[in-house]
Amino acid sequence: MPILEMRGISQIFPGVKALDGVSIKLYPGQVTALIGENGAGKSTLVKILTGIYRPNEGEILIDGQPTTFTSAQAAIDAGVTAIHQETVLFDELSVAENIFLGHAPRTRFGTIDWRKINSGAKALMLQLESDIDPTIRLRNLSIAQRHLVAIARALSVEARIVIMDEPTAALSRKEIDDLFRIVENLKRQGKAILFISHKFDEVYEIAENFVVFRDGRAVGQGRLKETPQDEIVRLMVGRDVKDVFPKVEVAIGAPVFRVENYCHPTEFRDISFELRRGEILGIYGLIGAGRSELCQSLFGVTRPSSGRLVLEGKPLDIRSSGDAIRAGIVYVPEERGRHGLALPMPIFQNMSLPSLGKTSRSGFLKAANELALARKYAERLELRAAALSVPVGTLSGGNQQKVVIGKWLATQPKVIILDEPTKGIDIGSKAAVHAFIGELAAEGLSIIMVSSELPEILGMSDRVMVMREGLSAGVFEREALSAEMLVRAATGNQ
Amino acid sequence: MNRLLKNREILLTVIIAAMIAGFSSRAQGFASPGNLANIFNDTSILIILALGQMTVILTKSIDLSVAANLAFTGMAVAMTNAAYPDLPLALLIVTAVGIGAFLGAINGYLVWALRIPPIVVTLGTLTIYRGMAFVLSGGGWVNAHQMAPSFLNVPRMPVLGLPILSWIAILIVLGAWFVLTRLPFGRAAYASGGNPTAAIYAGIDIGWTKFIAFVVSGALAGLSGYLWVSRYAVAYVDIAAGFELDTVAACVIGGISIAGGIGSVGGAVLGALFLGVIKNALPVIGISPFAQMAISGIVIVLAVAFNARAERKAGRIILRDRGAKEVSA
Repeated sequence: MPILEMRGISQIFPGVKALDGVSIKLYPGQVTALIGENGAGKSTLVKILTGIYRPNEGEILIDGQPTTFTSAQAAIDAGVTAIHQETVLFDELSVAENIFLGHAPRTRFGTIDWRKINSGAKALMLQLESDIDPTIRLRNLSIAQRHLVAIARALSVEARIVIMDEPTAALSRKEIDDLFRIVENLKRQGKAILFISHKFDEVYEIAENFVVFRDGRAVGQGRLKETPQDEIVRLMVGRDVKDVFPKVEVAIGAPVFRVENYCHPTEFRDISFELRRGEILGIYGLIGAGRSELCQSLFGVTRPSSGRLVLEGKPLDIRSSGDAIRAGIVYVPEERGRHGLALPMPIFQNMSLPSLGKTSRSGFLKAANELALARKYAERLELRAAALSVPVGTLSGGNQQKVVIGKWLATQPKVIILDEPTKGIDIGSKAAVHAFIGELAAEGLSIIMVSSELPEILGMSDRVMVMREGLSAGVFEREALSAEMLVRAATGNQ
Repeated sequence: MNRLLKNREILLTVIIAAMIAGFSSRAQGFASPGNLANIFNDTSILIILALGQMTVILTKSIDLSVAANLAFTGMAVAMTNAAYPDLPLALLIVTAVGIGAFLGAINGYLVWALRIPPIVVTLGTLTIYRGMAFVLSGGGWVNAHQMAPSFLNVPRMPVLGLPILSWIAILIVLGAWFVLTRLPFGRAAYASGGNPTAAIYAGIDIGWTKFIAFVVSGALAGLSGYLWVSRYAVAYVDIAAGFELDTVAACVIGGISIAGGIGSVGGAVLGALFLGVIKNALPVIGISPFAQMAISGIVIVLAVAFNARAERKAGRIILRDRGAKEVSA
């Protein structure tokens, strides 16, 4: 009998159905692997299980009893605990304080019982076969040790259901082995574990059951022993996408931009590719593969440690984003709110910001030129706004995205880098953005498109570079593209 | 009407006019042109400093050292004047602006190159600059009789009915408006505060922008150093103690967002005038200086609460617009 069962869970956000009638079961002493692309709904499920979201439909049963988690505390009380991708802990507190924060044992006077905290923490760490001193401050620990503390924290609340959200992402092989021993230990104690990972080898090593998510649905589940890897990859991808994205055929011209052995001290290594006129190069990979970091570096936000950039035959020396803009390379960032727009400033001022050199006359700003520039691109992008002088913050998300794109087009770039261009916008707008990207390519722009969405990558790209752990895991031509290949390259499952 | 209330400049103008009308019903002649000109003249230095402060605040920083900068620079030019009474006044004023700009550049450099939070940097330099004023003067005073007549009198000379001090303030207001709305630096300042990351992505060097903002603020503080010493005809270590808070208050009342990126020159000027009117009116209607401080404080808190409310309201308006669009679509 399962400890926890979810029946027909749906979670609806404005414009998006993040989860659609999902049912899963977790059994005591067993690990269930949750597998899916970025954006398939895994994180939403975790947030429901930890009481952060309340689902619009469906029910959660614990030991066969229907329950609702009204708060994060309610989920903890019910015995559900999560160890997150990026551990949520406090650097300036001790290991023991981190473990017992929020449920510290008290003395009879109501003050915190330090002796009990420290001895309790010590006992928990021993259970995890670790001798970390519980009084040491967290910031002195390595990432792997922090993971242990996070796990100890999970155990300290006497959880019966442990969710591990990509726990191995930042760990070395040896640390992963240590972690897996702990997981085996938890299994023996009869805990049910939901293990979220992209890495098939790990999943097969540690898990008994699997659930595959795609587009917010549980598209397959069963026992791993009886299921070959190919079957799981097929379930993850599971659609023929080329029909959905009718790609505009564009005559591809001469090489424009070349990246040679481009390296960054920590994020990526040895990246080389070439981009031609009118070409769309897709960059696919899992979150954390170094795609955005590569693009930000090409745009001069961070400095590479070595490597060469060549634009139209001339070597480039890009030291700042200003240099990149002048050279004709622009970057449309993923998070338009954080990276893209100054919300209190008027639309036209946001649009002209990277082009001030062009709109100004002998060092003075010319509002008339700025307005003309903004009007041109607002019309082209069918921006809907009461006036170009209103603050960007008053626009809807889709229209803000248009301002961001317009702002970069106004610089008349040769190479445009789009980082997750359709993330967080509804399906109708997505189609419009895709059509627009096609138009840009037809006009002779060279486009680099970073995306985590396979259909988008498969449908739009002329070529695809797959990145994995900071390295190029292969460049694939359009004729030879298949979803399975990309997923294999991205997950390292050759 | 509702639209008018949303415009901070118009709202402040109305409030200031209402205050003047109210006070003049209690005190004869409060609203006379002569007295209003006096109030403006009296507020001139605050206006100049507030504009420097505003430039810094726009970039998401704060300059707490303006009053100390003023005290040091004022002391330096007063002592120079006392020692060499024959030096031309223009040279002294240029020196004051130069010293102030240099002290501002120190703030800016620490913020820019060492990435120390501006509040910490200027809290430190606030003490340092005041200490320097003490070291320079040995704790002594420079009194009116030691200063040259031109040093004392030029800012008081009336031109077209207003003292030169007032005209300097008016020129600085126009200059600040020009710099902030017509020069790329001004745009860079708004963008750096409005969204630092977006500014970097747009090719703006936000460190340099902050540096320049601190230099501007320092230069205006230096100029104010001379103006202050001349106006009150005395220089000692503690002049303008605590005045940096008045400059911040003027900005906040004028609708300049402490978070950066929002605010107008008109707002800062009106914020300063608001404080100036209160300061001049309360003694006239017989309220003690201590009550004045409390009243100024209450006004500041109200202004901040008002700012916060205005920003929240903006959020609701978006939703309403979107709702309306959906209904009409």
